[in-house]
Amino acid sequence: MSLFSKLKEGLSKTRDNFTRRVGDLLAGSSRLDDDFFDELEEILVTADVGARTSMELVERVRQEVKKRRITEPAAVGELLRQEVTGILGEEVPRLGWSPAPPAVYLVVGVNGAGKTTTIGKLAYRFQQEGKKVILAAADTFRAAAGEQLDVWAGRAGAELIRHQAGADPGAVVYDALQAARNRRADVVLVDTAGRLQTKVNLMDELKKIRRVIEREMPGAPHEVLLVLDATTGQNALSQAKLFSEAVGVTGIVLTKLDGTARGGVVLAIAAEMGIPVKLVGLGEGLDDLKEFQPREFAAALFSGLAGVKEE
Amino acid sequence: MKQVAVFASLADKLQETFKKLRGKGKLTEADVTAAMREIRLALLEADVNFKVVKDFINRVKERAVGQEVMASITPGQQVVKIVHEELTALMGGSESKINWAGQPPTVIMLVGLQGAGKTTTAAKLARLVQNQGRRPLLVAADVYRPAAIKQLQVLGEQLKVPVFSMGEGINPVDIARASVEHARKYGNNPVILDTAGRLHINETMMAELAAIKEAVNPQEILLVVDAMTGQDAVQVASNFHQQLGLTGVILTKLDGDTRGGAALSVRAVTGCPIKFIGMGEKTEALETFHPDRLASRILGMGDVLSLIEKAQANLDVEKAKELQRKIRQQEFTLEDFLEQMKQMKKMGPLEDILGMLPGAGKMKQLKGIQIDPKELVHTEAIIQSMTPEERRNPAIINGSRKKRIAAGSGTRVQDVNRLLRQFEEAKKLMHFLGEGGNKIKKKGRLPFPF
Repeated sequence: MSLFSKLKEGLSKTRDNFTRRVGDLLAGSSRLDDDFFDELEEILVTADVGARTSMELVERVRQEVKKRRITEPAAVGELLRQEVTGILGEEVPRLGWSPAPPAVYLVVGVNGAGKTTTIGKLAYRFQQEGKKVILAAADTFRAAAGEQLDVWAGRAGAELIRHQAGADPGAVVYDALQAARNRRADVVLVDTAGRLQTKVNLMDELKKIRRVIEREMPGAPHEVLLVLDATTGQNALSQAKLFSEAVGVTGIVLTKLDGTARGGVVLAIAAEMGIPVKLVGLGEGLDDLKEFQPREFAAALFSGLAGVKEE
Repeated sequence: MKQVAVFASLADKLQETFKKLRGKGKLTEADVTAAMREIRLALLEADVNFKVVKDFINRVKERAVGQEVMASITPGQQVVKIVHEELTALMGGSESKINWAGQPPTVIMLVGLQGAGKTTTAAKLARLVQNQGRRPLLVAADVYRPAAIKQLQVLGEQLKVPVFSMGEGINPVDIARASVEHARKYGNNPVILDTAGRLHINETMMAELAAIKEAVNPQEILLVVDAMTGQDAVQVASNFHQQLGLTGVILTKLDGDTRGGAALSVRAVTGCPIKFIGMGEKTEALETFHPDRLASRILGMGDVLSLIEKAQANLDVEKAKELQRKIRQQEFTLEDFLEQMKQMKKMGPLEDILGMLPGAGKMKQLKGIQIDPKELVHTEAIIQSMTPEERRNPAIINGSRKKRIAAGSGTRVQDVNRLLRQFEEAKKLMHFLGEGGNKIKKKGRLPFPF
């Protein structure tokens, strides 16, 4: 199955609701009037794009329509796709890597976003590429988080470094980095405890973890990935902002995109903060973590629309 | 009045909208339409579902048009008041009660998407009913997520609540059935079923929940919803409700800065009451749901009522009264100052308190402010190194006394100076608030001792 069809499958429910509506709108409208643009804005808002970003997006489409003297509603579909890829970027973002292994990935996010599952899938992916992976169980807070990661380590064939429950996460990371060096690992994936971005103490703990990594391995971390649940609404903006301020987020992993949630808030995050989406979670299987393809994402979102070319 | 100040943020915006209104006695349809645009935006930014917002706006509009602009209150605030009332009404009354079965055990089934917080909530619920003198049984019916059973076992151990599990290879329907048998035999009540997280569109997994329901006939089927959920909350809630017939909702992760508009969506779609809210990582952090407070929060007006309640729960009333008397008579001493700091500390992290204040969450300079527990220890040591005379009358503390106090408390003279400065500032503030507090008290409001 090609990535495009997988994405389309994963996004099918999204599309059922979203693109069908856009499609209906484009097909059902005969004029590009205020009602048309209001409806378009509404569709974007229901995809969690956010009221402000939606209004801006629609305004840009409106300007473009005026400029190019477009009169056919159907042509707006292609315009929309261009605007969306314009925000998300055309390029497929690459994961950070280190010239001298190991590469260190710090994985952060709020409670229940899917950090541990993402790390399990990521470990499997690297392992499949023939890389040696070490997992650092730096979530020492949540009951049985270490056990959960242990199961994933077993599935993915990765090594796990963990301490007792309640141990200092900084110490776990330190040990994992030492182990990575001694055992010549290619990549270290650091699983951290879920935390709400407004908890100052917990965010300080995260800063400390980053400092330990920086000190032990100059140039690291090579990626700081914020795991974001696609069902999240506008609070995702606050998450992106505060996690970035604390530990410098380099990319977003958008999880649970196989439901009906549309994850449109990543548009707002990309537009306002310029943080790219790097990976998407499309299911519960080991290989359901995919690279984020902005063009395909936008196309999949709008495919079925008149006037939108499939890649 | 205080009530009005609470409505600040949205009210300010509406005030702008209503500027031209001065001199009019009534709100016209055009005035209201302009206001509704702002309210719509506020609700959408709070993640209230688009359709719910639409219906809501129409209802509010009807009520607001022709509304007399009350003399004492500005039109913007008047509209916000209507919005607030309607929001509160829409969320239903406070109903944090569990439907108990005539014949024990009562079965409570927790369902929801992955990562909503079911397992943590199960433990919190167990603790809540345990505190009511009941003997709950936690049931590990999530056989899919790695270590989910272990997580519940660890939490159960912490709470000293028994956890029923049969391992991962067993059908959750059989686990549920056996757990109820177990509860009957050992006198556990209620039975709290922690089910696996699942997508509302996964037919196989949803059928499993229906089968569990069929097998154990639960009194409560509670949907656990992440308060940060966006527009999709409607879809999720309606699917779960259609397939299972929910009896209530538990809203989790409300201790962050989410406005929690999903609550309104879920309520509108299912009609089920929101029974509890999750307010933190600790197992005692499950609280009663107050519709009016969530309405304030959705409108971005903070949660002043929770703050007051928290203060009431943690402050010693007698001491507070005594403190008030002292403030009035200007007898506030360093000993009182220390006492007051201790009481503040009991209210929990300052960041949580600030989070409840309208607008405070956005103030940059307030970010990261915390009462350092160490500083409290220092303060205590410094004050205890003073003579009673010095504590009552800090003005007599000269250079050599400062040196002695510093040496006695193991701090530096600068620390002593800082404390004295803080005390003076607090005293001024106390005096000011004391007078204000008095006025508020006359109006029948709460004494607020700091």
